[in-house]
Amino acid sequence: MPDPVTPMFNVQIDGVWHQFPKGTRVIEACEQAGSYVPRYCYHKKLSSPGNCRMCLIEMGFPKLGPDRKPELGADGKPIINWMPRPQISCAQDVAEGMGVRTNSALVKECQRGVMEFLLINHPLDCPICDQAGECRLQEFSVDYGDSKSRFLENKVKKPKNVVLGPRVTLDDERCILCSRCIRFCHEIAHDDVLGFVDRGSYTVLTAHPGKRLENNYSLNTVDICPVGALTSTDFRFKMRVWFLKETKSICTSCATGCNTIIGTREDVIYRQTPRENDAVNSCWMCDYGRLNFYYLQSERRLLEPQIRSEGKLVAAHWPIAIAQAALQLKQFSGPEIAIVASGRMTNEELWLTLQLVKILGVELIDIVPRIGAGDDILLSTDRNPNTNGAHLILHLDSGPGASLPAIAEAVNSGRLKALLALGENPIRFGVTPEKLANLPAFVVLDILSNAATEHATIVLPACGFAEKRGSTVNGDGRLQRLNRAVRAPGEARDDWEILRDLLQALGGTDSLYSIEDVFRQMAEAVPQFAGLSLSKIGDLGIHVMEADECPPPPFDPEAADIEEAEAKRPPGR
Amino acid sequence: MSVTVPRPKLNWRERLYLPAIVAGLAITFKHFKNMLLGRTKVTMQYPEQKWDSSLPDYYRGAPALVRDEDGRVRCVACQLCEFICPPRAIKIIPDEIPSNDRFAKVEKYPEEFDIDMIRCIFCGMCEEVCPEQAIFLRKDYAITGFTRAEMVHHKEKLLEIGGVMHGVVLKWNEKK
Repeated sequence: MPDPVTPMFNVQIDGVWHQFPKGTRVIEACEQAGSYVPRYCYHKKLSSPGNCRMCLIEMGFPKLGPDRKPELGADGKPIINWMPRPQISCAQDVAEGMGVRTNSALVKECQRGVMEFLLINHPLDCPICDQAGECRLQEFSVDYGDSKSRFLENKVKKPKNVVLGPRVTLDDERCILCSRCIRFCHEIAHDDVLGFVDRGSYTVLTAHPGKRLENNYSLNTVDICPVGALTSTDFRFKMRVWFLKETKSICTSCATGCNTIIGTREDVIYRQTPRENDAVNSCWMCDYGRLNFYYLQSERRLLEPQIRSEGKLVAAHWPIAIAQAALQLKQFSGPEIAIVASGRMTNEELWLTLQLVKILGVELIDIVPRIGAGDDILLSTDRNPNTNGAHLILHLDSGPGASLPAIAEAVNSGRLKALLALGENPIRFGVTPEKLANLPAFVVLDILSNAATEHATIVLPACGFAEKRGSTVNGDGRLQRLNRAVRAPGEARDDWEILRDLLQALGGTDSLYSIEDVFRQMAEAVPQFAGLSLSKIGDLGIHVMEADECPPPPFDPEAADIEEAEAKRPPGR
Repeated sequence: MSVTVPRPKLNWRERLYLPAIVAGLAITFKHFKNMLLGRTKVTMQYPEQKWDSSLPDYYRGAPALVRDEDGRVRCVACQLCEFICPPRAIKIIPDEIPSNDRFAKVEKYPEEFDIDMIRCIFCGMCEEVCPEQAIFLRKDYAITGFTRAEMVHHKEKLLEIGGVMHGVVLKWNEKK
């Protein structure tokens, strides 16, 4: 619903009158009216330079009579005086009585001409170009261009395989000089490093001398590049895009929770790209989050449940591992047990954790805060995707991480007999490895092996963010949904199933058969989720709480998660 | 809906039955005569005798990768054959050509190229779809093996079958 105070304008598009609020771009109005206008340089989140000329249309304004009033035709609508020359639709807002023709003979001729000019110097190397399959030049060439080239002369040679920065590689020959990347760096990333140099057909895109495109948002330029000029060094030549199965999900690398599309093929993740959500991330996401999925394919993945037997961890079947874990935890009373949950867990998993807390009578329960440097664009200082969810469900009233020193102290002093670590490494918050090894019961549920899993009495392999379903509450209090893009490797199981089985083995009687059941049970108890279900969350999420309801985690400026993620990337990339 | 097929109406000659027997025996005797005179020509004693020399040029045998006159593997790993292959017999892992390579300007090559000959149906779609004239159906038809793994043609085997292809378009030579 448009704002009632915004005036509405009558606009005729391809002979039909529509109404659009003031300030709508003509190109957007045409799209809303069902007449898509092809464009290269125009991007709805960026300014309009109007340099690609692909969105040419015919435009006209009402014919005014001597009284300066529009003359009305036989149908009672204004008669339109058409301009003799085509206009670009991306740099013009709608006006009262405006007429637009998007598919007249003149417009089609213009589009054909622009396509021909754009393809004059374009290398037809689609077989090796990563953009092939999602290339606007390919698509519009089919839709609006000619099947043959009349250009017989030699094409201009330009630099190829230019390394613009650590994550972006440029092929200048493919560039159609739309300047989207330049405007993105200037307007969104606030890091004005790209520009055009030289003139005419020798114009090339380049980075400012002595500078590199290395800001944390550089890979968005690859997304918005309509052709294959800017390519992701990480994704380059890895997989053709038409093979990728696209799963709508969210990024779990920080509390922003950018909406993403995970591109997978045969259970391998190849890339993550941002998905438009104006309430969260607009059309962008940061490079750190985008590339932070390789740990799911790590060699350190835990692939099977393990039980400590005679000092060594040996593989076990799931029912035995669960039964053993329950047996070990049941030996002790509540005050002797601590649970370390994680801000990376989904709401459903946290809910089941809360049930474990209740059934075991645990008093020491906390999540581990994860803090890194943030920025003013998208990256949050809180690197846990679900701190707010943990706050809502586990009621961590004194803030996340407040009980961690108490837990560490209890383990180190030997008062604590059993520790359940859910996706967190207790060594990171001050528990000594020797004390961990001496614990009679140390049950670990995790994705990767680490220094702490070596000392576990039971290891339960779980799923990463792309391997499971669930919901999280981001830093702004928006409930969002994760979707399963790939299957978990080995015998790793969904976290909520593991927790459910453990709960049942401990005497919990609830019959939870699906993650929807868990959400339903949770929605009955958590007021913010009342009346919701996993499917009602939808692809774009629902705002469920105010951000300041939850005390923010303490800020530690020395934490450097980005550097860690950089180090984890494959060598040479 | 049932369809009643009308029984054919036989004339007296067909009902007599004997003329058909005589006609059939005539053919038998013709074959017998040809055999005595040594004029049989249909049966070929495979595998001692083979018909390879008389295979037509359009014969669709095993798919294979070819090199061009410069010795470059023509495939650039665009994966269109993998996409079009109806039984999904083709598997390609692409990679980047290192910058110190002779053919670095081509940028991309197949690090691995496997065709599962158990799956291949010799349809020739891969050859038809290839934008690089890099994959051709050759005349090899007797593809055998003792294990499933043996029946997968890896890149080396495919190049061996394919050999060098002359007279193909050399568009990459013009690249910078």
